[in-house]
Amino acid sequence: MFALLLFQANTTRLIRLNWVDTLIIAIYFAAVLAVGFYLKERTHTGEDFFLAGREMTAWIAGLGFLSANLGALELMGWAAAAYQYGILAAHWYWIGAIPAMLFLALVMMPFYYISKTHSVPGYLKLRFGEPSRALSAITFAFMTVLMSGINMYSMALVMRVVLGWDINFSIWVSSLTVAVYVTLGGLRSAIFNEVLQFMLIWLGALLIPILGLKEAGGWSGLQQRIAANMGSSDYTHLWSTLGSFKDNPMGIHWTGIVLGLGWVISFGYWTTDFLVVQRVLTAKDLRSAKLAPIIGAGFKMLVPFIVILPGLLGLALLPEKLTGEAAAVATNGHSYNEVLPLMLARYFSPGLLGLGITALIAGFMSGMAGNVTAFSTVWTYDIYRALFRKNATDQHYVTMGRWCTILGVLVSIGTAYLVMQFLSIMDYVQALFSFFIAPLFGTVLLGMLWKRATPAGGFWGLLLGTLSSIGMWAWGKIDPSALSILALSPNAKDMAENMYRALWSWLVCVVVTVTVSLMTKPLPDAQLEGLVYGCTKMPLEEAVPWFQRPAFWAIVIAVGFVILNVVFW
Amino acid sequence: MTQEKKTLSIWYFIGLLILVYGILILGAGLGELSSPSPVVMTELHVGIWWGALLIVIGLVYVYFFRPGRQR
Repeated sequence: MFALLLFQANTTRLIRLNWVDTLIIAIYFAAVLAVGFYLKERTHTGEDFFLAGREMTAWIAGLGFLSANLGALELMGWAAAAYQYGILAAHWYWIGAIPAMLFLALVMMPFYYISKTHSVPGYLKLRFGEPSRALSAITFAFMTVLMSGINMYSMALVMRVVLGWDINFSIWVSSLTVAVYVTLGGLRSAIFNEVLQFMLIWLGALLIPILGLKEAGGWSGLQQRIAANMGSSDYTHLWSTLGSFKDNPMGIHWTGIVLGLGWVISFGYWTTDFLVVQRVLTAKDLRSAKLAPIIGAGFKMLVPFIVILPGLLGLALLPEKLTGEAAAVATNGHSYNEVLPLMLARYFSPGLLGLGITALIAGFMSGMAGNVTAFSTVWTYDIYRALFRKNATDQHYVTMGRWCTILGVLVSIGTAYLVMQFLSIMDYVQALFSFFIAPLFGTVLLGMLWKRATPAGGFWGLLLGTLSSIGMWAWGKIDPSALSILALSPNAKDMAENMYRALWSWLVCVVVTVTVSLMTKPLPDAQLEGLVYGCTKMPLEEAVPWFQRPAFWAIVIAVGFVILNVVFW
Repeated sequence: MTQEKKTLSIWYFIGLLILVYGILILGAGLGELSSPSPVVMTELHVGIWWGALLIVIGLVYVYFFRPGRQR
């Protein structure tokens, strides 16, 4: 039955699977469900369900932390971006991730961990009070399920184009599988499956760069082929083309990459987006909680080799020229988004193809489980308990969390069908999500590092920062010439606008928070203990050898980060 | 899963899965010797050595994280 549904006919498929491939995919589905059923018996309390018992090792929390971010759309989307913009796309993995992950580990994690909060909105409640938590929790919950639905639809669309699978089949089977294993085992089940999915993503995708580089004649051969195909060497340089908006395929300046992406967007996402932070909160002790993002950063630094490199290899080796989605439909050709599946089809024989497709499905499911578990925690603790039922039993909240998981999946499915009817929603919701990240980073950062920040300052900074971001986005939609003002250049392109909009909205948040705080009464130091730098007695580091300390590994990762940037300058 | 004595290690579970995948991919790779697929560099017989590598990785995980082993 499974095979029958899997092979549901569609005449324009890119890849044809045989029985071994189908068996490999079916075994994967059975395995993730088995993990859920196995862990159900070990999930009893709220701490078990929402925080995996706070007993994860640094490795499991760290790989879960990274895997929740490594969705299928992340894999295929950034491979497509590499085909379109060249190696500049690697900035999203290096300067757009590594410094922020190390900052989370060494500076912010102690506060999240010591405060024993269940969530990022939960921290805002402790630091700034109920209004800030409510604003942050409601926007986060709403956006998380919407994003989950959009990702689900996009994935189903890719599966239809690549494999000819029926779109309803892809949506329902994948999402219900996630719903079953998360409902049964909670966050512990989600994280264990994320670790499994992480392994499969690497084992399924790593062969593409290995074989591609062999075919292209190594890195120098790859550079020569791209230069010959594109008539420019700009596609293989990370920094040297960023001196001017006009000199690179992305139409961006280095200040946008460093300040917009490397500072505001990256720090906002990696340090305050509860989807990823939740994984680290499950660590068994503070040292593990600090090590987890560092382990995640180490692997994040390597992800471009299985995502960006295949995109570049496509640019060098594929005989056909890929185009944007609209042009691909009009010409019956292939779009940028299909570069990763095209590379799979180019090298993978039966069996390997099943593993490669399993890697894509695993990526989708880990991303979706991340959204659903974060939604269920924020809904249960920061909305339901805070606003509707404050004093119920722990068991009651676990039951609510389980129902929320199912509800989150159903709302995501509903969103997927809504997007199917109104495709333009995708553009809007993607932008909407970015509205909250930059200001939230300003609020959390000031909350943790500046004890003078007051509840009123935190709330108004978050609210006005978010509204300013929405305002700038609307301005750009109404008057496209606003782009040259927001991004500081008439040569700027859309990507640059996102960077600068994030930067300006963060600045608005910081200025408003500081101004309002200075005009309002500060909280007494005693109330800020465990929440703010300067008011918190940091627990002493465990007496472990130097090579087991988080700071040592953070330095190792930082050195690797610098070397990679210099090598690909 | 290493924290609770009675719980299987997730690494053991992952090892089993990789081992099964390795066997299937190696088998499919051997089948390709007689009827190769029209993929680029088919002469490298990637399925065979990648399948063998997965079997080795799977066995290592299964051995080191098997139930009851002291860690």
